[in-house]
Amino acid sequence: MRATVNGEPVELPDGLTVSTLLQHLGVRAERVAVERNGEVVKQARHGEQRLASGDVLEIVTFVGGG
Amino acid sequence: MDELVLGGQRFTSRLVVGTGKYKDFPTMSAALQASGAGMVTVAVRRLDLKARGEASLLHWIPKDMVLLPNTAGCFTAEDAVRTCRLARELQLGGENPLVKLEVLSDAKTLLPDVEETLEAARQLVAEGFRVLPYTNDDPVAAKKLEDAGCAAVMPLGAPIGSGLGLRNPYSLQMILEQAKVPVIVDAGVGTASDCALCMELGVSGLLVNTAISGASDPVAMARAMKLATEAGRLAYLAGRIPRKLYGSASSPLAGVIGAA
Repeated sequence: MRATVNGEPVELPDGLTVSTLLQHLGVRAERVAVERNGEVVKQARHGEQRLASGDVLEIVTFVGGG
Repeated sequence: MDELVLGGQRFTSRLVVGTGKYKDFPTMSAALQASGAGMVTVAVRRLDLKARGEASLLHWIPKDMVLLPNTAGCFTAEDAVRTCRLARELQLGGENPLVKLEVLSDAKTLLPDVEETLEAARQLVAEGFRVLPYTNDDPVAAKKLEDAGCAAVMPLGAPIGSGLGLRNPYSLQMILEQAKVPVIVDAGVGTASDCALCMELGVSGLLVNTAISGASDPVAMARAMKLATEAGRLAYLAGRIPRKLYGSASSPLAGVIGAA
């Protein structure tokens, strides 16, 4: 299915949850937050939240800033 | 004990420092330590999905320092609110995190868009955030942000990263006179004397990034800022003498030898 991750269009396997998306993308950083279509998906729900075609996802972390 | 209290949270240091623009993490870590800050700002950004096994910023921030996520780079209230919600999720568990709200108007001046800032502040306060808003040195804007329920107001001394120091001490004095929440000067500090000057005027704290990370020796500058912040605070509490146009002798005028 097609989705947008961090502004880039990507082709993803069907049936992914947020957890399996992060595995699929090889995300290893221990602290990330995920937003799906403008709403934060709480970490406790990463395993159950299924993705749908056309989803717009943001995966963020802390970086240096002032 | 003389402490900075922000949204009920106590800090022994009145200096808040940023984590941006350091040449490497070890230098940043040493500078953070040298600053003695109790709180450090961090930004929220898209994870670089192509990077593998990258060093995490958080490993280099001393564990006893509170993280203050910012909304730097946001130009609308909506993006700033979304960024704060993501920051709350990144904090894992804190329901009422302190956030530095920054909504900019344009990329050249980096001046705050006060209208968007105010809209975001109201929304964030309603959602339980303890909001520390970056704002102009405008007493009217500061009052509106305070009335919106912000935990402090953070007027600029000068544009972000400019190092111009405190450009309008008189506006800052008006803000200080009316404010019932802490006033923190955020942006503009260039060197240690700027810290001392702001603190002597009675501000509750300072937020500094570029002046430390961009110094030739960031660790030494961090220490200089720590000392200047403490010195300025002490001078403010000590109460300076009034300014006078003419001289006022400090030795007795009577008993000088050779007098008639």
